Amino acid sequence: MKIGVVTFPGTLDDRDAARAVVRGGGEAVALWHADADLRGVDAVVLPGGFSYGDYLRAGAIASIAPVMGPVVEAARGGMPVLGICNGFQVLCEAGLLPGALVRNDVRTFVCRDQRLRVEDASTAWTSAFETGQEIVVPLKNGEGGYNADERTLDELEGEGRVVFRYLGGNPNGSQRDIAGVRDASGRVVGLMPHPEHATEPGYGPTEHGGGASGDGTDGLGFFTSVLTALTSA
Amino acid sequence: MGRVLVQVMPKPEILDPQGKAVSAALPRLGLEGFTDVRQGKRFELVVEGPVTPAVLEQARRAASTLLANPVIEDVVSVTDADAAGA
Repeated sequence: MKIGVVTFPGTLDDRDAARAVVRGGGEAVALWHADADLRGVDAVVLPGGFSYGDYLRAGAIASIAPVMGPVVEAARGGMPVLGICNGFQVLCEAGLLPGALVRNDVRTFVCRDQRLRVEDASTAWTSAFETGQEIVVPLKNGEGGYNADERTLDELEGEGRVVFRYLGGNPNGSQRDIAGVRDASGRVVGLMPHPEHATEPGYGPTEHGGGASGDGTDGLGFFTSVLTALTSA
Repeated sequence: MGRVLVQVMPKPEILDPQGKAVSAALPRLGLEGFTDVRQGKRFELVVEGPVTPAVLEQARRAASTLLANPVIEDVVSVTDADAAGA
């Protein structure tokens, strides 16, 4: 199964995301922001870092990059898409996910091993987990405050579309401790923390006992889940 | 040459950490008495000819689709920069 990883100008985590795809058992395909071509991939990861200097707003200009035309179209047609950090911001700006990310309420960049609760293990990217399971992956962002109006938040909660919630303290002022959400289909998921940095023993989180895996590889489940979703589809 | 001014502000209910940081810095310069600061954006869109109603309409579309994100920001005004009172 081919999983595309998009590189925008300023993307930092595309190599790690591609490596995570391979560790999960998939084939990583590099996609370029300026090409309106998905090269026949079965799913797409929008990785973290920055994009177009994050001018205007984080992810705003990337959301209308040439590659995003086919990404949005494919996502609406059921292709699994995962947005991590800046990729989550891009998905919100593109209108594939509700809400928006604003500057951290603590006014500082936050980088730490972050405990999360998986609130929905039914999505294309979380089926390897159990609903309610606690995992630990790195978090590193300056603009991670999840915001949406109360009606949207109530809808998300009511429809079970909050996929991840922060545990052990809200790091960035996200409303209702929301760390990640999904679209109505469960194929498009976005989150601020970084599962791709937690897929290899010795290189992932060491705090909180290394997470549920015990060796800092809790993020691997994202990349095995999508293969399950693709092969069972 | 015409110019359209577009002003965008964070919604009142959205926390504005940039404004908070500025607000906290002002007293260090002895500038007391400002109880809050909110920071927004001003865009200047330049066109070849005069600012016609059609140009303003285009600018309003630019404001609502790209310059501001309606989830977190309000478009405060879209005006001809050279019109009286702008």
